[in-house]
Amino acid sequence: MAILTLTIDGEQVSGKDDESILEIARQHGIHIPTLCYIDGLAAVGSCRLCLVEIEGSPKLAPACTTKPQEGMVVRTATERLQRHRRMIVELLASEGNHQCAVCVVNNHCELQNLAYDVGLTYVRFPYLFPKKTLDASHKDFIIDRNRCVLCTRCLRVCYEVEGAHVWDVAGRGINCEIISGLNQPWGDSDTCTSCGKCVLVCPTGALIEKGEAVAEMEKKTDFLRFIVTARKKKEWINMDSDEE
Amino acid sequence: MTVEDLKELAEQEQERQRQFTHRIFYCSAAGCASCGSSGVRNALLKALKEKGIEKEVSAVGTGCMGLCGEGPLVRIAPDGTMYQHVDEAVAQKIVDRHILNGEKVSENLVDTSSPFFSSQFKIVLENCGSIDSENINEYIAAEGYASLAKVVTEMAPGEVIDEIRKSGLRGRGGAGYPTGLKWGIVRKAASEQKYVVCNADEGDPGAFMDRSVLEGDPHRVLEGMAIAGYSVGANQGYIYVRAEYPLAIERLRLAIKHAEKQGLLGNRIFESGFNFRIDLRIGAGAFVCGEETALIRSIEGKRGRPRPRPPYPAERGLWGSPTLINNVETFANIAPIIRRGSAWFAGIGTPKSAGTKVFALAGKIRNTGLIEVPMGIPLRRIIFDIGGGTPEGTEFKAAQTGGPSGGCIPTEHLDLPVDYESLTTVGSFMGSGGLIVMDSTSKMVEVAKYFMDFCVDESCGKCIPCRVGTVQLYNLLDKISRGEGTVDDLALLQELGTMVKETSLCGLGQGAPNPIFSTLRFFRQEYESLLRPVEGFVASPNAQKTTTNA
Repeated sequence: MAILTLTIDGEQVSGKDDESILEIARQHGIHIPTLCYIDGLAAVGSCRLCLVEIEGSPKLAPACTTKPQEGMVVRTATERLQRHRRMIVELLASEGNHQCAVCVVNNHCELQNLAYDVGLTYVRFPYLFPKKTLDASHKDFIIDRNRCVLCTRCLRVCYEVEGAHVWDVAGRGINCEIISGLNQPWGDSDTCTSCGKCVLVCPTGALIEKGEAVAEMEKKTDFLRFIVTARKKKEWINMDSDEE
Repeated sequence: MTVEDLKELAEQEQERQRQFTHRIFYCSAAGCASCGSSGVRNALLKALKEKGIEKEVSAVGTGCMGLCGEGPLVRIAPDGTMYQHVDEAVAQKIVDRHILNGEKVSENLVDTSSPFFSSQFKIVLENCGSIDSENINEYIAAEGYASLAKVVTEMAPGEVIDEIRKSGLRGRGGAGYPTGLKWGIVRKAASEQKYVVCNADEGDPGAFMDRSVLEGDPHRVLEGMAIAGYSVGANQGYIYVRAEYPLAIERLRLAIKHAEKQGLLGNRIFESGFNFRIDLRIGAGAFVCGEETALIRSIEGKRGRPRPRPPYPAERGLWGSPTLINNVETFANIAPIIRRGSAWFAGIGTPKSAGTKVFALAGKIRNTGLIEVPMGIPLRRIIFDIGGGTPEGTEFKAAQTGGPSGGCIPTEHLDLPVDYESLTTVGSFMGSGGLIVMDSTSKMVEVAKYFMDFCVDESCGKCIPCRVGTVQLYNLLDKISRGEGTVDDLALLQELGTMVKETSLCGLGQGAPNPIFSTLRFFRQEYESLLRPVEGFVASPNAQKTTTNA
């Protein structure tokens, strides 16, 4: 492992060569919007929100999967990047059936925060109003695919941390959907341990606990860092610390 | 098998072929098979038997002869006469008149002195249409596996890579990455296990180059892969071929079986320490699986979705091991380069784009078919000399290269040399070799819409710009094509297109807006003529921007 020095948004920063640009930026208080990324799970680079400009490279690079190089010059918030980010959230808004006012995570929703963050005030694309299903067959939880943004956090936490692999993606393109088991009702899944990790990492109101009313549910993602650190480093971190 | 055994086998086969006074080649590739070449075969065999000349004259099923639009095709050796639109009656006539009386069947004669044939230059397709693709001995008789023998017994892996590098061969899958460089990277990667993968997941609309090579000369691809395996230090190869190519799959299976039986694949090839096996992996036809990282996942048995690069497959590929991925046509060029030397190959084409390129000519063109031309040939010669121009009464409008990620090339750029760099300057790209010709009856907004529809269908859904962006691009194109779009919609189309191009995860999304940009660049007035005037007060926040941009 080597320590490297690079420049992010004009600021000289240092990081380890096995960290991502996103991790290094966050350690130095540089904010890059993300959606599919979550600390503790494998980065997949699919939401494209954390794309950054790297000097000398014609292509934009996802900060979550790009490793630093000595002397690298990174820009995270150029006008072009901000425009692209706003449009990505705009596309998401047009894709699903996101009705904040009647959602249990209203005001605690990462998608909603993201929209504020990137300055999305209107949507220029026609809403697609897809016909999506809601599955309440599980005794404790509900999946409402109308609110799913296909970040695959649920899939990854279930596979990587819980080891159950209940969730996966079916279909292609705009018809992609998160399914449980062999595309059976969640309640009939033999593999689900009802651990609830997927519900906690879900950034929107797609995975929720039963019995919560509008705007009542708050997602907690800290547990993930706790489990992953405990497993990897055999140390217990303080869950009450208010980092991030 | 030793090198001497190979030579002996080649001589025996050449001797066997010399026994025949005539050899009648009938095309048995998918194009001619679909218009009745199996009936032609039966009629030929029957006629030969009736006349009692089946010992002197042989009927041989071959790969594609090129002039696909006029099939089924038959060619007679040694005189080289070619016949088109052959049915059972014509087959009978060929035996009666041509074979027995030396008199040509004039009504079905193909003019083989026409520019369609004389303007071509064949390396990849040199055996296509002149050997029995199901008979390994015929390939060996045509100097097949001699390059593998030379490489394994006489050359060090580094020398082979050097030879490929000096030849100037670049990836024929579309991007044109220098092949020797790629091989060198995989060779340098430190790993016990490495793989060689042949990308035969040809999916561009209107493209059938790779299929034709696999159907017509499968051993050439196996030989190229084995040479690659020897050079990079891999002992296992995979050919990822789509299930829509049943005949190619069948012939590949047979070719692998024959090569293994002869000891040309397997353990201790040419009695050296080099082992190399090839297995087939059948893709279910998802276009995105032609993207190398998605292809790797598909071979691993997972869902075919791309992942961000780097790391490139040369570093981390199949099951995490360094993996060399080349396209069918790239591998098909390897054996001739070794056989005839890198200097010979580098002398063909242009300094930066050496060798030839196979194109599938389709669309509004007289001679639909498979062609191979030297790099750098002007587009005009491909379309008007080889292709014979557009059908009567219409005018050439544009040619699309690069499939759904490519662009169109209009009349004013007809003299453009066809090579990797020149095509990029006009906003298109080489692609795998699909060449679709459009004439004055083609509407360019519809063309852009067609390709976008294709991308919507083929998007894997992993990244947001491609999953939702292509749908919204399609919606905007649809709105404009229906005459309901405004100047704002056109501006939004360009803004979204730029965003999808710059932010998508893989080549599919990054290339998806290209047909829009390309048609806008050359045929903007076709879009503008469809726009509906904006009535009254314009409230859209885009209004300001549009007026300044327009």
